[in-house]
Amino acid sequence: MAGAKTPAAPGVPVDYRTIDRISGPLLFVREVANAAYGEMVEISLPDGSRRQGQVLDSRKGLAIVQVFGPTMSMNLTSTSVKFLGEVARLPVSDEMLGRVFNGLGEPRDGGPRILSETQLEIVGNAMNPYSREEPSEFIQTGLSNIDVMNTLVRGQKLPIFSGAGLPHNQLAAQIVRQAKLKDSSENFAVVFAAMGITSEEANYFLREFESTGALERTVVFLNLSSDPSMERVVTPRMALTTAEFLAYERDMHILVVLTDMTNYCEALREIASAREEVPGRRGYPGYLYTDLATLYERAGKIHGRKGSITQLPILTMPADDITHPIPDLTGYITEGQIVASRDLQRRGVYPPIDVLVSLSRLMNQGIGKGRTREDHRGLADQLYASYATGKDQRALSAIVGEEALSATDRIYLKIAERFENEFVNQRPDEDRTIEASLDLGWDILSDLPESELKRIKPEFIAKYRVKRAA
Amino acid sequence: MGVIARVSGPVVIAEGLEGAKMYDVVRVGQLGLVGEIIRLVEGAATVQVYEDTTGVRPGDPVENTGQALSVELGPGLLTSIYDGVQRPLDVLKKSLGDFITRGFVAPPLDEKKVWEFTATAKPGSAVTPGAILGTVQETPLILHKIMVPPGVSGTVERLASGRYTIRDPIGTLRTATGSQPLTLTQRWVVRIPRPVTQKLAPGIPLLTGQRVIDTFFPVAKGGTACIPGPFGSGKTVTQQQLAKWADSDVVVYVGCGERGNEMTEVLATFPNLTDPKSGRPLMERTILIANTSNMPVAAREASVYTGITIAEYYRDMGYDVALMADSTSRWAEAMREISGRLEEMPGEEGYPAYLGRRVAEFYERAGRVVTLSPEGRPGSVTVVGAVSPPGGDFSEPVSQNTLRVARVFWALDASLASRRHFPSINWLQSYSLYVGDIEPWYREQIAKDWVGLRQKALEVLQKESELQEIVQLVGVDALPEREKGVLDVARMLREDYLQQSAYDDVDTYTSIAKQYRMLRAILAFGDREQEAIGKGTTVAELQKLPVRSKLSRMKWVPEKDLPQFDAIETEMNQSVAALAGGA
Repeated sequence: MAGAKTPAAPGVPVDYRTIDRISGPLLFVREVANAAYGEMVEISLPDGSRRQGQVLDSRKGLAIVQVFGPTMSMNLTSTSVKFLGEVARLPVSDEMLGRVFNGLGEPRDGGPRILSETQLEIVGNAMNPYSREEPSEFIQTGLSNIDVMNTLVRGQKLPIFSGAGLPHNQLAAQIVRQAKLKDSSENFAVVFAAMGITSEEANYFLREFESTGALERTVVFLNLSSDPSMERVVTPRMALTTAEFLAYERDMHILVVLTDMTNYCEALREIASAREEVPGRRGYPGYLYTDLATLYERAGKIHGRKGSITQLPILTMPADDITHPIPDLTGYITEGQIVASRDLQRRGVYPPIDVLVSLSRLMNQGIGKGRTREDHRGLADQLYASYATGKDQRALSAIVGEEALSATDRIYLKIAERFENEFVNQRPDEDRTIEASLDLGWDILSDLPESELKRIKPEFIAKYRVKRAA
Repeated sequence: MGVIARVSGPVVIAEGLEGAKMYDVVRVGQLGLVGEIIRLVEGAATVQVYEDTTGVRPGDPVENTGQALSVELGPGLLTSIYDGVQRPLDVLKKSLGDFITRGFVAPPLDEKKVWEFTATAKPGSAVTPGAILGTVQETPLILHKIMVPPGVSGTVERLASGRYTIRDPIGTLRTATGSQPLTLTQRWVVRIPRPVTQKLAPGIPLLTGQRVIDTFFPVAKGGTACIPGPFGSGKTVTQQQLAKWADSDVVVYVGCGERGNEMTEVLATFPNLTDPKSGRPLMERTILIANTSNMPVAAREASVYTGITIAEYYRDMGYDVALMADSTSRWAEAMREISGRLEEMPGEEGYPAYLGRRVAEFYERAGRVVTLSPEGRPGSVTVVGAVSPPGGDFSEPVSQNTLRVARVFWALDASLASRRHFPSINWLQSYSLYVGDIEPWYREQIAKDWVGLRQKALEVLQKESELQEIVQLVGVDALPEREKGVLDVARMLREDYLQQSAYDDVDTYTSIAKQYRMLRAILAFGDREQEAIGKGTTVAELQKLPVRSKLSRMKWVPEKDLPQFDAIETEMNQSVAALAGGA
């Protein structure tokens, strides 16, 4: 299992009342003998309430503690800190399915606490690359744009890059609802982690899960925008630890939805600036890449184990800027990205996914003969190239007028239109099979003369090409 | 034995380490985590730890091994997969399970495996550093030469052929300081380059089977190249294509801070791919170093040094070695992260001020050399580094520092990638400074007109980009027929030559002989086209010729069917002439 062994703490936990500085979410505790790096602490406030925290930096005589929650009403004299002698753990069991927890893994739905002998460290050890199994099972989402152009496979991490006001939640909910393997009804469950989203958004997801009967196969970790931002640093680790337990101990196929990663990164930045660290780009800490990698890399499949973890993180790009550090570093770790486009949204296309900047790196392993269909690769390449050419012609015709285009170019112009309106566009409840999506793709290309179909092998053109009735 | 005074992420400060030296390897805490001393201040040593430090506390012990970080070199390296500090991942899996737990040490080479050693040096002969004592057939592809380590010389006392493990003595050597045992292995400190006698000028291309690289932007054996590009532009696929098809003897592939599933792909595909020359599995000449992004950051920093030291070792045997590092940006970021924890004064964008020096030192370890050996064996290490600039902006420090030292620049272009033009190497921005060095080789080995063809193709593409600006304003139809002809040939070059699918069985590798035939055919068509236009034929008519689809399918002609090109050229000449004659 992923949980690591850590040497036990020497002696009995002691209460320290030696806080000498509180700064943002950090407590500086003096006279501490030997706090372990990453050790959990319990903080008792003057009013009797308790909060959790974690050691971020430990020296002789000083421990810097990060509080999960507000530091409001903490003081220097009568607030005490107890070092618990162990790192953050989460009790896990099958009972978690169908339950709702807060960002720290405590019940939020009024149900009982999870009691289990299996307590896993939430900072998982790195999976040995040698143990990984190559993800290759095609997941049908029922969305042509994803299934044909940016195919999702089991064990992949494929984020949705979106922007404020775009329907990423609707899209994620549709994927969760429709995702299935081509011919199988295996053990499937969803782990949903919300970080700093509004209660309205959270309710939307819960209602969606409920209406499709998926709620009893879902574990929910909710940290709303009104909840302490520091909890957000832990929330995705809680979710992924649960996912690893269900996948590798219970042989389940887990889809993990993490939303919104932007809020997670902002919480990290808040801690970094409170620690007065040297900032990297745009004030985010220099270790943002490493930190994000420890989350995203927890997707995958393992040789000899039945379960799998597929990740669908959602992030909103500040000002739709894909070069912003959060989408940028995410894109360097994940196996592709699904990018939402404001332009398509304005044209009334749903789902507004911009194919040209979207990508699935594991697509090749999941498609082709025996998986989807033999013509898939060539058809997808041809659709990409034709749509890109069509969009160029659209830009050109805006300057020189459609009449100045050659006959072939006008065909491309039309293909771009049809691609957006018929292929990409579909109803939020429309679940297309992969065959239907591929046939639709051929139909879109039907106006193109055969000599332009350079990306597709001749034998597939002969077999699948749709001829337009004259 | 010292004690820990402070723990902050991968950086630990230890006190009481008597006699500690810079870059000594230490064992930290009760688990004995591996670390390296990177700063010494009176009484205190700063240690970067290669494993996660969660649970480590002040007061825990620190033990100095007194040795600098080094790798063990000997038979068994090939086909291995290591983490950044040469721990074998397959052994780790057997001992620890699917997740890597901490404080575990495993010997890098199989200590039980018995090798058939053939002694070639005679007892009584005097040997100097680099002299070959004998050989071991490490894999069917590579004959491993057992050499006298650098800095050692003397007289062979005893040496016998036989079956040995790497721990068995194979003989003894009498040196100035006494008799010392010989084994099949030697150790080398990773941060110090292995010595050479002399560096040579580049002159032979590293053929990769990738048309845009071999034809337009070749890298020489012993040269340096960099591939910067935003995510999704095909860095990793290009690196993997080079690792698969480059005509070097040995390939070291360093996955530095990249995706776990990508290393899995390499592991899954390489054993099934065969070397085009020998027909043997490519894995038999490959060493993988995988320190994925979620593995400890300090080991990521070390991984490129581990890789290049192994590459230098095979170079010293006289082999041509290619090292791919994917990605050097992650290596630079690891430096930045550790520098930040040390609270050093940052340079540009938070990177340490010594970034440029480290990058230059690393690339300087490439080269075609006369190795340190009595007979002056030649050997080479070619370094290809991927760079992942944030937001695809090449003005950032890692790209800039790399461009200053690497002599080939393959600029990956997101706009090409987004229209699925792969490999998305931009032909206007990229360059190779080796073209002049390799020119004599081209003339001798390919054809006398090769250099001219290459130059002409580049000119057509340059002309196309100028014409495109005009087309943006006035449309294609407003261009004269001759210019339309140029655009037509440029399009053929882009789509039928430069585009190359890594996933197609035939197209994935193109020999230099086939590249020559393809390029010659396309440019010849361009010449015929201009002649026909001069006689009044239009480009639209020429585009309808049946031979055009044959030209665009040249990439799928199998290597054994190269004579087909004669027929294509004949048909092309005849059909264009017929069209022009009829007009």
